[in-house]
Order: sequence, then C-alpha cells, then structure tokens
Amino acid sequence: MTMALPTEFVDLQPFAETWSLATEPERWDKRMASSMEELLAFYDAAFPRLEAAIDYCDQFPLDTLPEDVTNLLRLVYSLVLVSMAVEIFGQPKPVDSADAVLHRTREPLP
Amino acid sequence: MWPKPIEGSWTEHYPELGTGPISFEDSVSSEFYDLEGEAIFKRAWLNVGRIEDLPRNGSYFTKEIDIAKASVLVVRGLDEQIRAFHNVCRHRGNKLVWNDYPREEVNGVCRQFTCKYHGWRYNLEGDLTFVQQEGEFFDLDKDTSGLASVHCDVWNGFIFINLNAQPRQTLREFLGPMITALDDYPFGRITERYDFVGDNNSNWKLFADAFQEYYHVPSLHPQQVPSAVRDPKAGFVCAHFQCEGPHRVVSTAGSRRWTQPRESMYPIEIATRSGLVGPWQSPDLGELPGGLNPGGVEPWGISNFQIFPNIEILIYGGWYLLYRYWPTSPSSHRFEASLAFQPATSVRERVEHEVATVVFKEFALQDAGMLGGTQAALETGAVKEFPLSDQEILVRHFHKVVGDWVADHRRATMEVVS
Repeated sequence: MTMALPTEFVDLQPFAETWSLATEPERWDKRMASSMEELLAFYDAAFPRLEAAIDYCDQFPLDTLPEDVTNLLRLVYSLVLVSMAVEIFGQPKPVDSADAVLHRTREPLP
Repeated sequence: MWPKPIEGSWTEHYPELGTGPISFEDSVSSEFYDLEGEAIFKRAWLNVGRIEDLPRNGSYFTKEIDIAKASVLVVRGLDEQIRAFHNVCRHRGNKLVWNDYPREEVNGVCRQFTCKYHGWRYNLEGDLTFVQQEGEFFDLDKDTSGLASVHCDVWNGFIFINLNAQPRQTLREFLGPMITALDDYPFGRITERYDFVGDNNSNWKLFADAFQEYYHVPSLHPQQVPSAVRDPKAGFVCAHFQCEGPHRVVSTAGSRRWTQPRESMYPIEIATRSGLVGPWQSPDLGELPGGLNPGGVEPWGISNFQIFPNIEILIYGGWYLLYRYWPTSPSSHRFEASLAFQPATSVRERVEHEVATVVFKEFALQDAGMLGGTQAALETGAVKEFPLSDQEILVRHFHKVVGDWVADHRRATMEVVS
C-alpha cells in the first residue's frame, strides 16, 4: 500500500489514498473538487482522532518522520483544510470568495 | 473603549487629511496609473524580498515590476553583498535571466549569468566576463559594459530597491523614525515561511485599503466568529492609529485566546491551539523594541505597519504576515503574502503554523473576491465621492500620500518642460 498509516490509525486508512497529499495545492484542489458529503464523511471519521494523531506524530523528531507518520501528518493537514469547509462555511469554497485565487508557492516540509 | 486624540478623532489629529468625502478616481484612471508608475514606483524604495530568499552566495531571484516597466535581478555575490541589476543583457537588450517564460519570475543559485540569445556572460557582481567572438565588435569596452545596476539596500533583513537613478533619500531616511523603531525586531529569527501569490482584479490601492482598516471585518468576515456567539451588531474599534511621512501603523488590542469561552472558537482551533490570530502561544522572543507598540496598547494584539508604497507588515505575538501589492494595470494587481513563524521544533508546532496559514487564506480569499466587485462598481463612475469614518483614517492617508507624490511629480515635470 502506498499511503500506509501507522497501525494505530488503521481506521483512517480508507481516507489515506484520497487525502494523504503532500502539498497544499493538491489538498486545496481536492477540497474544491469534493462534495460536502465527501468532506463530511472524512471530517466525521477523522476529527475525533485529530488530537491523538497529532500526539502520535509528535513523538518523532520533525525532520526525520518515518514514512507512515508523514502520511498521517499529511492526513492531519487535509483535515485542517477540510474543517474550514465543514465548521466555518458549510460549503467547499469560502463564502464570497468569487473568482479569487491565492496559490501557495512555498511551504516548509513536512 | 480606546481613547482618541485630544482633537476628538484620529483623523482630526492629522488636519492635513481633512474629514470630507474622497474620490477613488485614482483607482480607476489609466492616466493616473501611468503617473503612479513614474511618480511612485520609479522613485520610492520598494521591498522585493527578504535576505532569507538569498540564502547562499550565488542565490538570485528576479522581480517583475510591471507598472515601472522594470525587471530586476537581485543576487548575492561571492563577497556576500546583495546587489540589484536591471535584468537586461547589454548586448541586444534581451531579458537576461528567465526559465520557461520571459515574463515569469524565477529564482535559483548560479555562478554566473549567461544570456540565452548570444551567450554573453556576467558574473554575480554584474561584470561582463565573456563576449562570443569579441574581436568582431567595434570599440567594445567590457569593463564598462556590465549590467546596469539598481540601487539596493537592506533594512533588518528586508531587501529594498530603488529604480530612480538618484534616489532622493537613503533607505533609512525614507523609512523614517516610526519604521526604523523596529530596527531591533528579530525578523531574522522568524524564518519559517509560507508564501502565496494571486492575481487579483482590483487596483492595488483598493486591496491595500482592505487591510488597513478593520471596520469591514464584522460585515465581510462574519464567519470569523462561530454563529452560536455571533453578534450581528458587533463593530470593531482599533486601539491606536499613527501616520508618519508616507507610512502608517494601526494597533489592535488582543486577548489571550485560550482564556476565551470555548464556544467563541471553532473545534479545529481548540484541537490544534491555533487559528485566526495564529498559534495561541509562540516561543518568547525576549525583549522587543518599543516601536512595535507605539501607542502603548495594553493588552497589545497586533501592529500593522504599512510601508509606502506597497507593503504591509502585520506583527503578531511571535510571528508576522507580509503583504505586497504589485500593480499590473489600473484594474489589477499581483498580491503576494507570506506568513513567517519561528521555525517549528516539533510536529505540534508545525501543525499550529499550518492551521494559522490555512485560516489566513480562507479569509483573504473573501477580501480578494469582494474587491473585484469594488473595482467594477467604481468603474461605473456613478458615484464620485465616498465618506470615510475615523476607523478608516489610514485609507484616507494612503490615498492622500499617493495623490501628493503624483502631484509633486507632475509639478517637477512641468518645471522641466517650462
């Protein structure tokens, strides 16, 4: 499996292929291309596990995360992005953002 | 409630600003746009980057400044000195440094610059070092055929250029006491960067206007407060405004985020201890310069410095935001934004930075989406004058300074003609 998560988070494995994405532009595009039903399915499954996931990743030094932990952290980043649509706007796109775009061109890794 | 100056308002504290309605003709007129290029962007010091953008000797980036019809190459030489040049080959005028498309900005590391057209080469200090078939040329003096230099100076890690052949002020004189009071602010320790760029269909000043007042926040961004505790009549009052020369600052008060009732925050904020105003807690930066909070606001929240003409630095507790507005036409500009944090030392800190960065984009897109509407409506010309409140004093100051620089330039040009 390419996007394996730590065994402690096997319950989130069904979402890893879709949401364990390396960069914000990929995560943003995925959010915009998703229905609210899809976003809610991910959010409802993953949000209760968020704090445990952060604590799990936090056991490892930031610059040497094992691959499965990196996958989990990317899932956390996607959950953060999806939470904006679910908790704040009730739709995939920010309300009143019209045709505006803002491309993230640099971000720290991981 | 925050006390206003003795004159009764922030605006009247600066009598040259007046209190009458203002025109936004300066944001729709093509003629005015052309004048801004000459009067402002070819004369003011312009911030084009940070020293962290040039980490090594040989690091370079290019900057397209459409309104001034300039392409500038900024490079760190082998002597570590940062220099700026017009990005133009001295042979046939080709754009010297570009990758896939000539109009796209690029960055990288190199040992020399080679023109794609005929292979002329320049070293990192801008000297012409190689001419193909040099013997075929007539009276070519390589020693005086280096890249045309652009004035370049660095303040507290911010790289500024000036396109004027003879800048009227040094960078420090231009920045003045209110900005140089941040000399000792440790920007150099806040280097974990998230950068954004977006082309926006509004005049550069209209976009800047939206970030130099908070009067619009409850109306345009109601979602910044969860609906359960949202007050439809809520307003916003800033604690301190200050104008000095062409520059401005506004400070707001801040409350400790984690002391607020849980229902005033979204679940993602509580889970990650980060959100709208950034990480709830950032590592202590030690003693900070008094210039960070010139109004002595307590409890202090944010200071938002607008350095003329086109940048804004919003300093939060332990991190900052930087905006730049690059005009591309009377009705469009390129918006650049950076969020800068102290480098994360753990996954949890990195997640805090990601959350703050994600929230920033959501609400910046609301500003960006709406301002296309402002531009289009102003272009109808149906309304000529617009009232500004005391909370919008910095909008008033900004448009006045822009007008003053243009008028000053017009006068100077007319004197030369007559």
